[in-house]
Amino acid sequence: MPQQTSVLAIVIFLMFVGFTLGLSFWLGRKAKTAGGYFAAHGQVGWFVNGIAFAGDYLSAASFLGICGMIAFYGYDGFLYSIGFLAGWVVALFVIAEPIKRLGKYTFADALDAKFNSKGIKLAAAISTLVVSIFYLIPQMVGAGSLLKALLHLPAHNWHGLDLNHALGVIVVGGVVITIVVTAGMVSTTWVQFIKGSLLVVFCSGLVVAILANGINVNGERASDGAASVTVAPGQLAATRVTPEPPTSARQVTALEGGKIVTGPLGPSEFIAELSDATILQWKKDPAAGMWVGTEVRGSDQLVPGGYFTGIRSPELVKKLDFISLMLALFCGTASLPHILIRYYTVKDAAAARKSTVVGIISIGFFYMLTLYIGLGAMVSGAMDPADSNMAAPLLARTFGDVPFALITAIAFTTVLGTVSGLILAAAGAVAHDLIESVMGHKLNDHAKVGAAKWASVVVGAIAVVLGILAKDFNVGFLVGWAFNVAASANLPAIVMLLFWRGTTKQGMIASILVGTFGSVTWLLLTKEAFANFYGIKTHDGYMPFSQPGLVTIPLSFAVLVVVSLLTRKSNYRIAV
Amino acid sequence: MHADTVKPDTGVDASSIHNARLGIVFFLFYFLLYAGFVAIVTFKYEWMARPMLGGLNLAIVYGMGLILAAIVMAIIYMLLCKRPVAP
Repeated sequence: MPQQTSVLAIVIFLMFVGFTLGLSFWLGRKAKTAGGYFAAHGQVGWFVNGIAFAGDYLSAASFLGICGMIAFYGYDGFLYSIGFLAGWVVALFVIAEPIKRLGKYTFADALDAKFNSKGIKLAAAISTLVVSIFYLIPQMVGAGSLLKALLHLPAHNWHGLDLNHALGVIVVGGVVITIVVTAGMVSTTWVQFIKGSLLVVFCSGLVVAILANGINVNGERASDGAASVTVAPGQLAATRVTPEPPTSARQVTALEGGKIVTGPLGPSEFIAELSDATILQWKKDPAAGMWVGTEVRGSDQLVPGGYFTGIRSPELVKKLDFISLMLALFCGTASLPHILIRYYTVKDAAAARKSTVVGIISIGFFYMLTLYIGLGAMVSGAMDPADSNMAAPLLARTFGDVPFALITAIAFTTVLGTVSGLILAAAGAVAHDLIESVMGHKLNDHAKVGAAKWASVVVGAIAVVLGILAKDFNVGFLVGWAFNVAASANLPAIVMLLFWRGTTKQGMIASILVGTFGSVTWLLLTKEAFANFYGIKTHDGYMPFSQPGLVTIPLSFAVLVVVSLLTRKSNYRIAV
Repeated sequence: MHADTVKPDTGVDASSIHNARLGIVFFLFYFLLYAGFVAIVTFKYEWMARPMLGGLNLAIVYGMGLILAAIVMAIIYMLLCKRPVAP
């Protein structure tokens, strides 16, 4: 869609990034010991840690992916919001306090607190690295989309590779690696605290602006001069066909009562007006090379089934994809290594509990906002048909260059904050778990921090490459995959360690490895992987549905139980 | 020996047992709410279009309700949790 580069947007963006880097360098001077680098000396206050939870957790997926999915597919994007928050219930009520008591720097420390086993440390480190990389990919994809929208450089392609997207990914990768290498958890905590605060505050402002603006007609009815075709269920009128890309992927073509504008609306009034509106949905027909616009009722956007079409099928197997995703989201939060390490930055279990509550309040409030941001983008008349990840920033642009610049900068720092946490978790897995615990190379503080920094560079570079290749994925969808892997790999081990005396180290090792590699193998054989990773868009994949959690989470639990029962005689029981 | 102040907090006492049991009860209650939501969306998705409060449909009310419930339950849990008794 035709847009011009905003110098103001770029200047504000650079100011944000510069401030973040400066803060990182300044705070990084304090992180000299391993305790400081990995866990901020365990002295982060519970309130700051709680907001940092929000800053850590609310990634590109939450802001860009969910809002984009709601804008394009309606209510189904909000299902991710509901599932992501529900996972914090598991984290608070089941995991927070016990996991704090068990660990020191990493979640592998917690799993190994009772057994002192190199095998557990190795398995946990592997799962941390795999989950971190899966989670890093969508962040890089989101960053690439952001910089591409910000800079508006002429399109450049090289052997099918979008060079503008690649530039964005490389820039964010370079900045984040710099932050993590120079600072560590102290800086990461404050970056996440600032980012979490800014995200909630500015998104609140954006929602206020959306409601104050109301809903306006911004598209022409499909029936105006278009050929009539058979009307399918859910459609209101004819379709419109055009060879040129539409100005927006969704357009409001009519409001209830013949209004052109609604004026300011309250939260429930906004939903009611949208429900009664007529929306023109544009989709590309690749075979014909044409854009097809189809009118639907607004109320159709406010019920499930727009993206998860399988729930409307009478066949059970088609419904399983949705059930699997919701299970993975519910189980995944408490299994994410970069979230679990944040429990070691506070002083005790009570602080861990309080910071989780603060996190839930701020994250929950934000997820309520995502519904209005996504729907606001849908009716804004400014949706890029080719990029679902940019719906929220482009919505902000309709209110002016300054809001666009601020939201883009905040979205970028959102990526920085989350990626910093992920790389730190991965670096801890390498330096503390693999090198020191598994390989037995005892490192002094200086050497351990050095090893972690080198690991940060390598993990960051891998994430950059994969982020460039995964350009066509919706970031929310990719993070859902990361939740599947985390829940399959880590949750059974954590839960059974805490609640079942019969857990053995062999059971935990087997569970983590089966969960990790089982879920990753599943994902890499799905239709979506063939289309968006391998570039084979006509392949149906080898798996019946795209989200493996429904199979791999119970499988991982079962493996733990069976192996533990088979090996329990050779191990002493744990006392929980 | 690492010159840092991060040490695992290994105390398991009456307060932590009380908090753990309370957590399980809260978790099970929320799980039922969540499972109910997923079940309706999966097997009776048409119910989600039914108008509820203030013209909002069940999908919006139930979805927002789950988010609010998580926040409210988290606050109540924090208030009901016990702190360790000082020796």
